[in-house]
Amino acid sequence: MTISRETVINLALALLLLAIPYAAIQLGNPFYVTLATRMAILGLAAVGLNIALGLGGLVSFGHAAFFGVGGYVAGILASHAMSMQPFNFGLFTLSGSNQMPVIWLVALVAGGLLAAAIGAISLRTSGVYFIMITLAFAQMTYYFAISWPAYGGEDGLSILIRNQFPGVNTMVPLNYFLICYAVLIAAILVSMLIRDSRFGAALQASRQNEVRVASVGIAPFRIRLAAFVISGMMTALAGALYADLNRFVSPSMLSWHMSGEFIVLIILGGVGRLYGPVAGAMLFVMFEFLLGGMTERWQFFLGLVLLGVVLFARGGLIGLLAGRARHG
Amino acid sequence: MVESSGPDAVLSIRDLCKSFGALKATDHVSLDLRDGEIHALIGPNGAGKSTLIHQIAGTLRPDAGEIDFLGQPVGHLGVAERARLGLGRSFQVSSLAPEFSALRNVMLAVQSRQGSSFRFFRPVMRDASLVDPAMAALERVGLKDRARIPAAELSHGERRQLEIAIALALGSRAFLLDEPMAGMGPEGSRQLTGFLDRLRGEAPILLIEHDMDAVFALADRVSVLVYGRVIASGSVDEIRNDAEVRRAYLGDPA
Repeated sequence: MTISRETVINLALALLLLAIPYAAIQLGNPFYVTLATRMAILGLAAVGLNIALGLGGLVSFGHAAFFGVGGYVAGILASHAMSMQPFNFGLFTLSGSNQMPVIWLVALVAGGLLAAAIGAISLRTSGVYFIMITLAFAQMTYYFAISWPAYGGEDGLSILIRNQFPGVNTMVPLNYFLICYAVLIAAILVSMLIRDSRFGAALQASRQNEVRVASVGIAPFRIRLAAFVISGMMTALAGALYADLNRFVSPSMLSWHMSGEFIVLIILGGVGRLYGPVAGAMLFVMFEFLLGGMTERWQFFLGLVLLGVVLFARGGLIGLLAGRARHG
Repeated sequence: MVESSGPDAVLSIRDLCKSFGALKATDHVSLDLRDGEIHALIGPNGAGKSTLIHQIAGTLRPDAGEIDFLGQPVGHLGVAERARLGLGRSFQVSSLAPEFSALRNVMLAVQSRQGSSFRFFRPVMRDASLVDPAMAALERVGLKDRARIPAAELSHGERRQLEIAIALALGSRAFLLDEPMAGMGPEGSRQLTGFLDRLRGEAPILLIEHDMDAVFALADRVSVLVYGRVIASGSVDEIRNDAEVRRAYLGDPA
């Protein structure tokens, strides 16, 4: 079995990201651990989006909705656990939780349900209309969060103590990085399985030629909807982790800037490539940190880089290093 | 010239109509496709041949009329459902997944035939139950050596062959082939003619073709479509000698 160049690059990226926090601690600069955690979490959110956008060609401009819902799940469950106030559903009550596995599960379910609802409507359109309708849905969740005073409204909601993971002290930055990193790698493995599976074949073929897929008896709509749900779930999980990283969740997680950022990550790294979102997130956070330290207008320079990628390196960083994608 | 559909009709169309504005692309067309035959549909450009195929396959909705396939009405079904019932088609302009290799294009059909595409874990390229039947279909159309080439890099004629391989792999009960010879060299056309000749034993073929040598060599029956209407239908000899057909289509001054 030959190992492709892309596999080598992927492995190198994974190791590089893992090495950053250790190097940071060695160099006596623990702040970089947080940067690496940010890379892992944004990477995870974009790995989720990449299933819809990269494999399925579904340019969702609304993935901030799932990211934010994941974040609010973490914030709301934690605040109820903190105040010991159970949720009152009339017939029964449920207590909050400060356990990450519980929070993640709820985030996955909430993200999946929201994606199913948004996808069921949005996927009846395509092209620019799909982009606009996903944006519209995400903006609805944004304004909903702003006008919902119970959980902070416009001011957001603080998580006083980072939620817990069994057997791990999550307040230690390196520990929290490792949790996020493990979730990221697991998500990449899942998206690899999906890419190579029958479902992935139908999804990628639907992106290339919808009529062809229907003509062999596979209805593209159901395939796309399932992909959109899986995609939304992963991004919601990233949102829960992001809320715990900042120990704060606010409507800005739901804003269209966030959706745009995820798309930018994927384009920087390489659309549809397994590690494209990770490469993109690493580049993005690095730019944000280095350029952001020099000038307030760092996004102008990011824009230039993005322009360069779109004009001269359509495959993003992975495409530049590993060449064109191959489909066997 | 309306035919009654015989008891052995695999596909039968009755009084199909489709208009685009004032243009009657399909004007009360009735025809059937019987077990074991090649039924050729000929006619000048713009006669509505491809429009008819689109309505049979489900990519276009007819304004009126009925389509029965394997004894059941399929007019209300979508493209994917009709394909699953066994309507295999090739397109006038090849329609493939361009980034996928020839093999993966065919594997998609094999996967559909086997049932659900909602399987998330087993890698398709290591799944012999997908690869082997797909390879077999490619071999039958003579594309085995090109299996790993992306569809976008195949020649025009090879893409045509690939579409037929996909229809084969789907286990089609009837084939709708829209100009399968177009863009092929004489040698390719000759080979494909021989192949279609044998294929009719597996499933009947509704064949749109401009290559008259191929049509007259292959067809059991020929229907002539002009301005959306079937103006003649019969055996090759009957069509060859039909005065109206010669005037309208074959360009014979006699």
